[in-house]
Amino acid sequence: MSKNSWSYTWKIFTILIMLYVIMGGLLFEVPELPVIEQTIRNIYFHVGMWFAMIFILFMGFIFSLLYLRRFRARYDIMANAAVKTGLVFGFLGIITGMIWAQYTWGAYWVNDPKLNGAAVGILVYLAYVVLRASVEDGEKRARLAAVYKIFAFVIMFIFIMILPRLAGASIHPGVDGNPALATGDLDSSMRKVFYPAILAWILFSWWIFTIVYRIDRFTEKLNQLNAERL
Amino acid sequence: MFVKDTARLIRKEFLLEWRQKHALGGIVLYLVSTIFICYLAFAGVMSPQTWNALFWIIIAFASLNLVLKSFGDESPARKYYQYTLTSPSVVIFSKTLTNTLVMIVLGVLGYLLFTLFMGNMTENLLAWWVVLVVGVTGFSSVLTMVSAIVSQSRNNFTLMAVLGFPLILPLLLLLIRASSAAISGQPFATIGPDLLVILLIVFIALTLSHILFPYLWKE
Repeated sequence: MSKNSWSYTWKIFTILIMLYVIMGGLLFEVPELPVIEQTIRNIYFHVGMWFAMIFILFMGFIFSLLYLRRFRARYDIMANAAVKTGLVFGFLGIITGMIWAQYTWGAYWVNDPKLNGAAVGILVYLAYVVLRASVEDGEKRARLAAVYKIFAFVIMFIFIMILPRLAGASIHPGVDGNPALATGDLDSSMRKVFYPAILAWILFSWWIFTIVYRIDRFTEKLNQLNAERL
Repeated sequence: MFVKDTARLIRKEFLLEWRQKHALGGIVLYLVSTIFICYLAFAGVMSPQTWNALFWIIIAFASLNLVLKSFGDESPARKYYQYTLTSPSVVIFSKTLTNTLVMIVLGVLGYLLFTLFMGNMTENLLAWWVVLVVGVTGFSSVLTMVSAIVSQSRNNFTLMAVLGFPLILPLLLLLIRASSAAISGQPFATIGPDLLVILLIVFIALTLSHILFPYLWKE
């Protein structure tokens, strides 16, 4: 297979797994549990979206590190595109989680360390967007944004790992500090959809990220051309 | 070398602080007026837990105000002169340490005002003071770095609050928990883990400042 054909083959592969996940997720047999009942199917979507967000934001962190190492403008555009994509998946994760919470816990939002950790994480990335908007100079904006991202990412990481352990009781399922890796208590019949779901969401988020990156890069180029013409 | 430089710079910071007494006076007045407003607004409903939460929120806002100007009021010429003399790490550490010391003073003042208006509600006073000192150290270690970022953009309070608040929120939650334990008279053993986590965050914030600050002043 040539390099060129691989560049779209993985997208076809992503579509196929995603279709499998949507159909399997909605139709396959699931264990009957009290309270949760059929809403358990949300695990394929809600958890998958969080995985996609964590993956893409982690890539954004790597791009910011690369920017401070090499000072190439494209790493900055990549870092920004990763944050935009990550925020969309973050909001999708929160919305699916809220709907799920309404049906199982009886409220859209409960005061729980894992939920609050997620909310603060989203706030930090929104702050990143605001910071970018308030600096005009391109090089300086890239530098400040990268520094803030790295600083905030590490502190948030510590917070999200440690706080749920300290706060004790959390009604959100999952390993201490990591709500996504709750595979230990997952029924074996669900794994055949759950694992492909995670893969599908991660691939899908990367796909979206490449599109956002290309749009941003062309916008940047267009702005440069316009500035030259004036 | 490192210690000596830091000590000299801290001396310089305090000198500057003293020459601009009106700026510090503004923050003190801010502290007095917010505490007085809380005293009036919360008359009759003041429980130890409310006392505690209010105290930390007011201290957090005072810290934001204080730290915001720690990079702003230096002239560019003096900045460059300073950077030729010493390393960036020394600059950020001395700023962080100065902010911590001033914040401890503000914390003591805040405590005195709270006690004056609303009475003392703390049972384990020693533990509460330890929490206060560790807490403001956490605030200043995180916020000084944020202030260094904000000072390079269009310098304003909104951006400082937007960038800084999500980052000090974990600290604020831990502090409110730890100090409410101290208020209800719990021994050090219960507060210990929270304090250790705050110290861990301080350590990480300082390490990151040491690594990242050079990128901020390298134009």
